[in-house]
Amino acid sequence: MAKKTLGGMAAIFLEESKVVAAARKVRESGFTKFDAISPYPIHGMEEACGIKRSWIPYVTFIAGVVGLLSALALTYYTSVVDWPINIAGKPFFSLPAFIPIIFELTVLFAALSSVVALFVVTKMPRIDPPVIDKDLTSHKFAIFIPETDTGYSEDRISKLFNELGANEIKKVSEY
Amino acid sequence: MSLTNQSVPLHPMKRDELVLGHKSLKDITDDICAPVERIPSKEWMGLFLTAKTLFIFYILTIAVVVSTGMGLLGVNHPVGWGTMIITFVFWVGIGHAGTLISAILFLFRQKWRTSVARSAEAMTVFAVMTAGIFPLIHTGRPWLDFWLFPYPNQRGPLWVNFRSPLLWDVFAISTYATVSTVFWFIGLIPDLATLKDRAKNKVRYMIYGALSLGWKGTAKNWSHYEMLYLILAGLSTPLVLSVHTIVSFDFAVSGLPGWHTTIFPPYFVAGAIFSGFAMVITLMTLIRIGFPTFKDYITINHMEVMNKIIMMTGLMVGYAYGSEFLIAWYSGNEYERYVFMNRALGPYAWSYWIMIFCNVLAPQVFWSKKLRRSIPVMFVVSIFVNIGMWFERFVITVTSLHRDFLPSNWGQYAWSMYDTAILVGSFGMFFTIFLLYLRVFPAISIAEIKPVMNVGKENEGAH
Repeated sequence: MAKKTLGGMAAIFLEESKVVAAARKVRESGFTKFDAISPYPIHGMEEACGIKRSWIPYVTFIAGVVGLLSALALTYYTSVVDWPINIAGKPFFSLPAFIPIIFELTVLFAALSSVVALFVVTKMPRIDPPVIDKDLTSHKFAIFIPETDTGYSEDRISKLFNELGANEIKKVSEY
Repeated sequence: MSLTNQSVPLHPMKRDELVLGHKSLKDITDDICAPVERIPSKEWMGLFLTAKTLFIFYILTIAVVVSTGMGLLGVNHPVGWGTMIITFVFWVGIGHAGTLISAILFLFRQKWRTSVARSAEAMTVFAVMTAGIFPLIHTGRPWLDFWLFPYPNQRGPLWVNFRSPLLWDVFAISTYATVSTVFWFIGLIPDLATLKDRAKNKVRYMIYGALSLGWKGTAKNWSHYEMLYLILAGLSTPLVLSVHTIVSFDFAVSGLPGWHTTIFPPYFVAGAIFSGFAMVITLMTLIRIGFPTFKDYITINHMEVMNKIIMMTGLMVGYAYGSEFLIAWYSGNEYERYVFMNRALGPYAWSYWIMIFCNVLAPQVFWSKKLRRSIPVMFVVSIFVNIGMWFERFVITVTSLHRDFLPSNWGQYAWSMYDTAILVGSFGMFFTIFLLYLRVFPAISIAEIKPVMNVGKENEGAH
């Protein structure tokens, strides 16, 4: 079986400002596949890591349109095609009365599809993922450079992490 | 007089601190995880046993009502909608403040929302669960409730009626319940990962590990996560407004005097937010008593802001009450006029004046800064508002139905002890679930509170 997880080097930081600066420096040093791990979203981290804007909104939009059309099709098919029945003299295709249904299904499709998109892009759910440090979900920050990254060399990376003021440098066997 | 203020020294506006005390990131994690990781306190056990007993009583009541029939309740001709619908609207309304705090205030970048958003959103989910049971039982044969949904069947072409407000309600409530639950759970994921990493034993590790879905907190993940959170907030905002609008359509789309008014959607939404914030105040007061460390996170300033919203929405519903009377008079329609005079002076006048007292008069104490920062005062007022908002739905439902066009068709609502049991029991269900939530999930969002921990501390060099 192919190895799914990657080894690499990780630096642990205790301060938010340091990890943002470190991420920027690591990127400027030519690494492209590194990742920054933090217990909460950090303002400015996306820019420091060079992360592009998330594409989830496109999924939301398309799913919303699909939801809208599905609801329109559902109400039209049931009320006009399959079972046209005169209710209080209203037209078979009484669009204003269908708007609540159409609206709700638009929102439902858009919301659930966006969640699925997040799960796909973050590879969740994942059972028992490797953890670099248990405090990374509490009060520590980390930069991880995988061994497949361009110019990966343990000596070079330890030197770089030391210069950046890492509190701890770890060799990670799988992540 | 010139309005230039160049000679006046400028005092920079200082924000109030959102988190009191000088806490480190680790302190915040420890503080918020503590209630989940220790043996429950006596107070919690006491509350839980009370709520659970009430919940069991509720389940038994429902069993009796379902097995015997809806006739046990006071619903009959002409008042065909009673406690079930009143209490359904009441609980759905409670839920609205949670979505307002978690979604609408998020879009408005109101940073104070972070301390209360998690619990308010939990309140939404549980209130909608509590609410959803009522219409399902009210059908009389709850085992056939799947008929509410359009699905292909073998009874020849047969579909639900998409022109009916009651069906809109099915879609609105089920969508609202689904999206709120998902939104709440997405917010929980990073905190569940925190709990997993702190777990001291294997069972905890496995349960929280499974619930956290393998969240790692990398910058790329956070980037997508924040985008999704924004999208869900953006979708929840029109959704929450649509839900109570559609609930109000259950009444407004009919032709009955007292129900058939265009003011209903905004009036219902304002009332929902009003009652929901009152419930948030009730719950937050209890949380502050039960978990004293949370007083640093849910501060008096937070409570004061919510009391201001209660006062404002209270004035909005007061305005709606007045406006209804004006329109009834201005319509020149004698049935419409009669309904409103009957509300204020007829056999159910007591319920109308309880509503006016609790919803319009009681919140006026919040004009005083001292009173809106007093925990005992706000607790009492929030209870009044909850009572008042239940009575508002009682007034709308019962007084409109009991006397319509034909005097020979008039009657009273035959309130029975089962009505009382259903109403009281529903609180048992809500509080049982809410108390369990306080024990198993972090009641304040750990990942969201950390980015705002330094708000208001800029001048102290806290960075």
